[in-house]
Amino acid sequence: MMQAESELFAGPDRQRLVVIGNGMVGARFVEELIARGGNDRYDIVMFGDEPTGNYNRILLSGILAGSHDVEDTYINPLEWYEDNGITLHAGVRVTAVDRDAKLVRGDMGIIEPYDVLVFATGSSPFVPPLKGLSSHGTEMKEGLFAFRTLDDCDRMIGFVPKATRAAVIGGGLLGLEAARGLLERGLEVHVVHLRSHLMEMQLDAPAGHLLKATLEGMGVRVHLDKQTSEVLGEHRVEGLVFADGTTLPCEMVVVSAGIRPNVSLALDCGLMVERGIVVTDELRCPGDASVFAIGECAQHRGQLYGLVAPLWEQAKVLADRLAGRIPDASYTGSRVSTKLKVMGIDLAVMGDQDPADASDEVVTYSEPARGIYKKLIVRDGRLGGAILLGDASAAPVLLQAFDRGTELPDNRAELLFQLAAAEGVTGIADMPSSAQICNCNGVSKGALVAAVEAGHCTLKSLCDATRAGMGCGACKAQVQQVLELAAGDRMQTDPSVHYYVPGVPLNKADLVTAVRERGLRSVSSVFAALAGGHEDPGSKAGLASLLRTIWGKEYDDERDARFINDRVHANVQKDGTYSVIPRIFGGVTTAEELRRIADVAQKYGVPMVKITGGQRIDLVGVRKEQLPEMWRELGMPSGHAYTKSFRTCKTCLGSEFCRYGVGDSTTLGVQIERRYQGLETPAKLKLATAGCPRNCSEATTKDVGAVAIEGGKWEVYVGGAAGAHVRKGDVLVVVDSHEAVLTYMGRFMQYYREQAKYLERTYDFVPRMGIETLRSILVDDSEGLCARLDEAIDAAVDAYFDPWQEAVAPVHPSQFADALEPVGAGSAS
Amino acid sequence: MTAASIPLDGMVHYDLGTIDRIPPGEGQTFLVAGREIAVFRARGTDEVYATQARCPHKAGLLADGIVGDGKVICPLHSNKFDLATGAPLGNACQSLTTYRTEISHDRRVLLWLSAAAGWSGST
Ligand code: SRM
Ligand SMILES: Cc1cc2nc3c(=O)[nH]c(=O)nc-3n(C[C@H](O)[C@H](O)[C@H](O)COP(=O)(O)OP(=O)(O)OC[C@H]3O[C@@H](n4cnc5c(N)ncnc54)[C@H](O)[C@@H]3O)c2cc1C
Ligand code: SF4
Ligand code: FES
Repeated sequence: MMQAESELFAGPDRQRLVVIGNGMVGARFVEELIARGGNDRYDIVMFGDEPTGNYNRILLSGILAGSHDVEDTYINPLEWYEDNGITLHAGVRVTAVDRDAKLVRGDMGIIEPYDVLVFATGSSPFVPPLKGLSSHGTEMKEGLFAFRTLDDCDRMIGFVPKATRAAVIGGGLLGLEAARGLLERGLEVHVVHLRSHLMEMQLDAPAGHLLKATLEGMGVRVHLDKQTSEVLGEHRVEGLVFADGTTLPCEMVVVSAGIRPNVSLALDCGLMVERGIVVTDELRCPGDASVFAIGECAQHRGQLYGLVAPLWEQAKVLADRLAGRIPDASYTGSRVSTKLKVMGIDLAVMGDQDPADASDEVVTYSEPARGIYKKLIVRDGRLGGAILLGDASAAPVLLQAFDRGTELPDNRAELLFQLAAAEGVTGIADMPSSAQICNCNGVSKGALVAAVEAGHCTLKSLCDATRAGMGCGACKAQVQQVLELAAGDRMQTDPSVHYYVPGVPLNKADLVTAVRERGLRSVSSVFAALAGGHEDPGSKAGLASLLRTIWGKEYDDERDARFINDRVHANVQKDGTYSVIPRIFGGVTTAEELRRIADVAQKYGVPMVKITGGQRIDLVGVRKEQLPEMWRELGMPSGHAYTKSFRTCKTCLGSEFCRYGVGDSTTLGVQIERRYQGLETPAKLKLATAGCPRNCSEATTKDVGAVAIEGGKWEVYVGGAAGAHVRKGDVLVVVDSHEAVLTYMGRFMQYYREQAKYLERTYDFVPRMGIETLRSILVDDSEGLCARLDEAIDAAVDAYFDPWQEAVAPVHPSQFADALEPVGAGSAS
Repeated sequence: MTAASIPLDGMVHYDLGTIDRIPPGEGQTFLVAGREIAVFRARGTDEVYATQARCPHKAGLLADGIVGDGKVICPLHSNKFDLATGAPLGNACQSLTTYRTEISHDRRVLLWLSAAAGWSGST
């Protein structure tokens, strides 16, 4: 043994360390190694067949559900590798390992010699051999997905608009997270599970059934004891067939039937492989002193781990060992206990889920109506296992007892209730400083307290400093509690959540008051007066929108606060060109107008002329420099297709021509668009009017819509959507004239301008306020606001001017310049 | 003097004209010796920065981004960069190449490129 160690680190020569797999464990290992001075010993080379740097796979569920951005998941950007002198072959798959020559071969002919080799290849989704998985025997059928990588996640999100119903095969943790994500994205979701209860790996039957009931309450359909046998559809998924002969039509299928460790490379090069790559307590592959394996691909003492906490522990042990810090560091296995994040349901599990024998004591409590189930397995007076579903407030205390094997109090109920009741600050306060709060990153209460002492007094800075909460995020609430406890008065709440914009520490109401009281008419004056002079670029556009709403004509318009679209009054496209969409009121145009559009399109060589979904015409692919001349020649006002404002009012034929029409929707739509065109709003507003309930212009799924009904009446809808979100609007009021429609629409729009958060569409705003509340304020005038709202919207309408007038009077000589040339050149050395 | 007469390892400076060619707080793309460069002018302080013109992510024109506090936010997908160092902020993009700039006594923006880089296509 010592022999091997000394061979490994013989002499002053640097060694070559090659890591296969740049996932959560491979990258963490390298990070830990560098933190221990590993750079002095090794030239580090990494292979990862995913194209990115390292990202947090756990948060993919959040991305799928739309609660996290891709940006949130990156752990180490490509630059980190460069800065630390690591050669990363990103997007390169290792195809063979030659242990005799000590070489690793990758795609594209890349060959790297090694002195020390670490396998961290993780696992791949297991796809059971169903009939009809592929179309024409080769590719996976369209609509069929696994859920493992960022790429899987992207493709699923891209596919969602093409589906209305999705089936998830597998009711384990991952399958349920996939189900939640798809549910959040508006699909009807079915979970098809082979076993007789959900999550049988972590839960006993009663907990599994309770979880099912809770999920069904959220709208997920669960099918138990169902074995899928076939995927239907020629080229794309059309449904599933089950072993019992029943079928389920669906357009999307996510297979989440477990994972299989990636062992083929190791197998091919002759390492010992059982279910995973077999490793010793040194995390070494038996029979080869220079090869190690960690992560989901490794099998240690017969055990495979599928959660990051134990795997990161392996990464740390190996780093200790290879950096020479603790040359005899060894890994002896982990007790798996974890808090899970399933569909927003509290769940903590640890140890065994069922008694091992008759001498184990089982304590259960269940309250099905509230979806609560708690179970303890007590073994020799100590905790052998626990399940906490629906209320995991006792989890920290139980985890603690479980991890340390402490003696439990005789009164078991105390464990479930008294301590649970003493939850929160007291619960945390009572915990010893060694208690682990973040189970992914192994951060103790003591470490958090120390970081707070060192000045990390907001949740974000505390998490950044300690890595707590940066794994699955389930412990954030407890980290917050430790922060509250340790920081006391020094605590700063995590600000930005309540701010109107991240860079000015005020919520919308307070910001509006401050702006009014202090007469702040420009964005820079807001930064100067309310943000300590700190000019946050991410806050500029939001402030500009607010100030314009508050001050109207008196707004001091600093152009740099505008997003590029609003500087040049056109929508920027992927190649830096723009689109020109002139206003066509209510979608009603004339031959003369069409001819002019055609002439301009031809004269300027517009690459694409397109009829939009908003009933008008888009000239796409226009260079910035061409914009002003084109506007002049069109002689039509801007259609505002590029900004946060009133966009369009689509119309249908209505009573004028249509045989069903009961209201003149065309005239009404034109009136609406003439009056409210270009009105600045927190997010875009799209409207429509329909001449009868057949609703050809889709008015019930617009931000604001009017639908004519029998008896000369109009229903006014608000909060509808049929974009990324689909929501039928709520009827605000039913009225009997065009004028009344215009009044209520205007009143609603002004209230929305004043109350909504920046970028909050009406489909979020209306449910947030509640249609009853809106009706009482805007129709019954319960707060006496109506007259003022009507006046304010009149003033805003009066302040309107067509931004395309800047074609004749640009605000700056370079406003529409694509690129400028220098005026001279000289030299120096 | 033209750039062509400069030794390869020397620096060439380009006169981009007075700072007023760039609106305060905004950026502007310049075409300098055949290459695109983004030049930014801070609001209030009249500091200028120069970086590569296109975002490493998907080639968004950075000069069209929103600028503030020495940072630019790309107009296409909102990746943020530090203007002085070019470093990506909270994203996984590569660093931007940055160029030396100077404001002359008569408020002209001077941009320094290495002759090799500036004189593209000459070698
Ligand atoms: C041109 C047009 C597609 C077309 O050819 O038909 C279009 C094009 C774009 N839409 Fe749209 N939308 C267009 C009608 C719609 C419609 C239908 C409608 O207006 O009746 C919807 C669904 C209604 C809705 O908004 O709820 C629609 C929902 C979206 C969304 C999703 C909004 C949501 O929160 O649900 C976005 C993304 C966003 O706003 O963040 C979007 C964003 C975009 C952007 C502006 C993306 C961008 O920021 O660059 C696209 C501009 C492409 C470009 O390069 O110019 N577009 N978009 C349509 C222009 C309508 C018009 O005449 O003004
Ligand atoms: C959606 C989702 C949610 C999850 N939620 C949780 C959670 O809440 N809590 C928790 O603890 N765990 C969770 N997990 C599990 C956790 O993500 C894994 O345990 C962890 O990622 C394992 O790390 P790893 O490095 O072993 O494998 P991976 O992260 O899979 O990394 C392995 C990497 O190696 C690469 N690779 C494989 N073979 C080769 C080759 N031949 N050449 C080059 N590169 C190769 C792979 O492409 C991959 O990038 C979740 C997983 C998923 C998919
Ligand atoms: S036009 Fe709309 S739907 Fe089409 S790609 Fe752009 S944003 Fe997506
Ligand atoms: S191109 Fe710059 S962020 Fe995408």
